[in-house]
Formats: sequence, C-alpha cells, structure tokens
Amino acid sequence: MIEIKHLTKIFRDASGEVVALRDASAVIGDGDIFGIIGMSGAGKSTLLRCLCLLEEPTEGEVLLDGQSLSSLKGEARRAAHRQMGVVFQGYNLLMQKTVAENVAFPLKLERGYDKAAAAARVAELLELVGLADKAASYPSQLSGGQKQRVAIARALAARPRVLLCDEPTSALDPLTTRAMLRLLKDINAKLGVTIVIITHELAVVRSICNRVTVIDASRFVETGDVYEVFNNPRSEITRMLLGGVLENEQGEREVMQDG
Amino acid sequence: MAEFFAKYAVLLGEGILETLYMTLVPTLFAYLLGLPMGVLLTVTKAGGIRPAPRFNALFGWVVNILRSLPFMILMIFIIPFTRLIAGTSIGATAACVPLTIAAAPFVARMVEQSLEEIDAGVIEAARCMGAADLQIVTRVLLVESVPSLLRGLSISTITLLGYTAITGAVGAGGLGNIAFRFGYQRYQDDVMYVTVALLILLVCVIQAIFNRLASRADKRNR
Repeated sequence: MIEIKHLTKIFRDASGEVVALRDASAVIGDGDIFGIIGMSGAGKSTLLRCLCLLEEPTEGEVLLDGQSLSSLKGEARRAAHRQMGVVFQGYNLLMQKTVAENVAFPLKLERGYDKAAAAARVAELLELVGLADKAASYPSQLSGGQKQRVAIARALAARPRVLLCDEPTSALDPLTTRAMLRLLKDINAKLGVTIVIITHELAVVRSICNRVTVIDASRFVETGDVYEVFNNPRSEITRMLLGGVLENEQGEREVMQDG
Repeated sequence: MAEFFAKYAVLLGEGILETLYMTLVPTLFAYLLGLPMGVLLTVTKAGGIRPAPRFNALFGWVVNILRSLPFMILMIFIIPFTRLIAGTSIGATAACVPLTIAAAPFVARMVEQSLEEIDAGVIEAARCMGAADLQIVTRVLLVESVPSLLRGLSISTITLLGYTAITGAVGAGGLGNIAFRFGYQRYQDDVMYVTVALLILLVCVIQAIFNRLASRADKRNR
C-alpha cells in the first residue's frame, strides 16, 4: 500500500518559487491499477519523481507499507528503490547494451548476484513482454513500443511490489497503445504488481485503471473508483477531460472488452 | 631517392619508433591519471551524482592551471620531478614524464566532456533501480560513453604526438628531433620534408584506427 500524505513540493530558485504540488493526499491499494491524470504542468511528473525518490518532498511524505520513504538513506533507500520499478516516458535504456543486458541491469546490482538465475529471469521477462527474439538486439534497433516493453521488463526484473509508469503510451500509436495497456493489465493480473500510471489521456485510465486521481494546478481535485469519478465528475477539470475524449471512445472500448 | 633512403632509412625508422614510444606511453599514463580526474570532475559538479561544488571548483581550477602552462615551460619546470621518476632528465623515457603531466589534465577535460553527453534520464533510471554511486559510474557513465571516450582518446593521442616534436627538439629523440637537427640546424630540407610527411602519415593512421574502433564500439547506429 502506498500512502501519499499531504505532499507538497516547492521548487525555489533566484527568480522565485514554483509550487508543483500542494497538500496532495491519496491511498493506493495493493493490486490497484491507479491512474493519475491531469493536463501538462499539473504536477504529475513531480508526483512521480517524489514517489520514486528522485525528489524530496518539501512537506508531507510517501509511505510504502507504512514505512516513510523520505527518511531513508544509503542501503535502505536503495532497497526501497528496488521495491518500485519505474517505466520512464523516454524509456531511458542503456544504448550501448543489448536488450537482455538492459533487463539484467537491476539484477546485477544486487548482492549475491547469480548469473544463471539472472539469465533465467531475463528470459522469463522477455517472454512476458513478447520480446524473446530480441534479446541480443540493441535499443537503437527497436521501435518505440518495443523499447517501452524492454523498459517494462527491466522495471520488473528485481520483482518490485509497485510499477510506476510515466506517460507509458503518449509516444505510441493507437494500436501499440492498446497492446501496451493490455500488457500492463496482464502484468497486474499475473504478478499482482500494483501499477501507478501517470497520464494525460483519459482513454488510458478508462481502459485499465480501477482507481484514479485527477490532478489540476498542483492539487489532487478528486480521487476514487474510475467508474464513480467519471460518471459523477465533481470538478470542472474532470468534466473538461471527459469532454475531450469522444474521439478515443472506440479504441478504449475494444481494450476494455478484450480485458 | 634510393640513395636518400639508403642513407636515412635507419635514422627515420628509429625516429618513428621513438615518436610512437613517446606518444603511446604517456597516453597510457595520462589516461590512468586523467580518467579518474575526469570522472571526479563530472560527479562532483552541481547536479552530478555526488555534488560537491566547492571541491569541484577547486579541482577544476587546478586542472585549468596545469592546462594553461605552456608545455615548453612545464617540461623545464618539472625537471627535478622527472629525475626523481625516470632517474634522468635526458632521453625518450625521461620525456614521458612531462608529456604525461601535460596530457593528464587535458585528458581529464576530454573524459569530462564525454561523460557529460550521457542523458541524465539514464542515470536517474539506474538510481531508481537501486544503483549506488560507484555502480552508476562503472556501469552507466563509463559504459554509455565508450564511443565518445574512444574519439577523445584519438584526439589526446594526436595532441601528444604534437608535443613529442617539442621534446624532440630539446634532445629526446623521435621525428621532431630529426626535423630539428637536419631541417633547422643543417639546412637539409629533404630530410625535414620526409619527416613532416611521416608525421602526417602517423596522425592519419592513428585517427583512422580510433575512428574505426569508435564506430565499431558504438551500438547506437546499427
């Protein structure tokens, strides 16, 4: 369970301060596929960076299974990192390493790294994401969707409890997007991994998330079951997001039916 | 022509070997010193993986001072140190000492520049996977920058080749020494022209070898 408690993040520099998040609170349950949706600049990326410990919150804290993440240092902090796999928007793969080496990367960092066990784990993950035949390829030889799959396999390698995805579909075409969402849903069902998806696309949330937080102007404006929030929008921004979704309706329905 | 080479072949051959010796040995030692220096400059920078702005400023200053000394002056200035290390201050081996000292800060900046090219997102990804700072250096920075490091290595090597002409002029041997003795002191233009041609050839060969190595090492464009 992830508890986001009164999270505030303020960036200060010579020209003044920018409030990226203000008093944000939410609870993400085990096994949830939790959507965080908002427009560009709403504070989504800052939230993700606070969740994966790349930014220290100015106030408030993030708890993972009751343990506060912001107080962690050294090895305890690295252990917490390994509890959360992150899939970045730009993939952030090692360009000089093969697909298999990229997926093995988090395993090689661990103490008591076992080469044979790691190789088996890598093969299993590449099978899961449907890239078993690309093990020896380099990222530059892959399409965007394939790179995203490598990033997902890598994020899952160390058996994290949580998978954090930053705009996992924003750079993909509609068909690849559907396949990607199906894969995430699959992973959630098969491995029981909690998934947090940051996105600006309503279709993504509608097709795979069970819970959602709408974020606007650095605040969480509403949180709840996807059905509840989207059928009973209480905020202006949610209504706006819903209004702009009609053209995507067809694609998302199909994904929902497949699931 | 044949007469010329019969007369000077041995001399020129030895010159090439001495020049290569004075280029490659200091390049090796300059990287042993300069590579860690470059890593240190990169990681301690503000926004680096282990920021230490004051140390970085001080260290950057030391590197700049070393780089701003003209090589000729540096060579004379550190003669006592050269004697300490090489046992003598004369000859090709002794020349390797100031050549290394002169090249190390240059190499540090070359390495720094190569490491800077790495996408910050990849470093953040490694951190999110639980990598410690040293693991980020050895498994991300130094791995992702290999093609760029190799290109830097070719520039460093060729720069050192240029420096050997100066050590040659003051008696350390090599092609620079031949060019100076025959071309300048004895007005034997033919020897000087051949020496210059050989130096150009050496530069081209070194550049070609490293270009090839760098493009073969780079997995981004296949």
